[in-house]
Amino acid sequence: MSDPLIIANRQFDSRLMVGTGKYKDLQETQEAIKASGAEIVTFALRRINIGQEKDQPNLLDFISPKDYTMLPNTAGCYNAIDAVRTCQIARELLDGHDFIKLEILGDTKTLFPNVIETLKAAELLVKDNFKVLVYTTDDPILAKQLEEIGCVAIMPLAAPIGSGLGIQNRYHIRFIIENAKVPVIVDAGVGTASDAAIAMELGCDGVLMNTAIAEAKNPVLMARAMQYALLAGRDAYLAGRMPKRPYASASSTTEGYFF
Amino acid sequence: MNIYINGEIQALTSNLSIQDLVNKLDLGNKRYALELNQAILPRSLYNETTLNDGDRIEIIHAVGGG
Repeated sequence: MSDPLIIANRQFDSRLMVGTGKYKDLQETQEAIKASGAEIVTFALRRINIGQEKDQPNLLDFISPKDYTMLPNTAGCYNAIDAVRTCQIARELLDGHDFIKLEILGDTKTLFPNVIETLKAAELLVKDNFKVLVYTTDDPILAKQLEEIGCVAIMPLAAPIGSGLGIQNRYHIRFIIENAKVPVIVDAGVGTASDAAIAMELGCDGVLMNTAIAEAKNPVLMARAMQYALLAGRDAYLAGRMPKRPYASASSTTEGYFF
Repeated sequence: MNIYINGEIQALTSNLSIQDLVNKLDLGNKRYALELNQAILPRSLYNETTLNDGDRIEIIHAVGGG
């Protein structure tokens, strides 16, 4: 059964998006991402170390834009101006590629988004023809506003970035999904495979994660586990779960007893 | 003249183009994007753009992130 994820008219078979931070080295990054089956891969933009870079391998040598849809992020930006500037650098770096993950942070302790600056930046970026996948809080009203501005995917946090606490806000994520006409991707908070499955069972269109894979004892194995978790969660969502009931309901027929 | 490259001041001879500068920095085949005074400078303009005293250059590349 074909069940693609469609973001801004682009079609993806995998609903898992993965980051490239916190790995031991680029080799491990490459192996884990391959094992995850992800087609969309996030990365950050920073200054080159002048004088030390000539022979140092670069992320894009290991994760090629020919093989993956690259999703540059604005991580580390605390205001709209820096975020817009970062996106313009990303577009030049990737020869006009227009997918970006807008992420404007509010403080270093929670890494919660600064939603005021996020709204400002989203407006500027949409006008500048970027396809904006936006990291935001789990506020359904704000999520709708970001969609109305023209963001192509809404990416609420399920728990703080890198916390691994799992889906802490199931109802809020549900409200966002019920309202949304663009894909809703849980971005941040997943710790292990069951968390990713829960996100998908709620009806999310995908999950974006980094730390849950990179900080696993065996990142490559965890990457594969996440791939399966998303598939399982998605199928369970589409299948429609049984109703919950307070008491038991026998699975073996109560007819034909011979005792 | 003095210019700033990724925040560090560097003394250079005048009349250098951006292309001269990136050649001099020996970045090889690295994939990067370049900003001149906080505005993107497309690669196609490296040859024809001349550096001026006090210019601020940022040379940015991809790193791991989530």
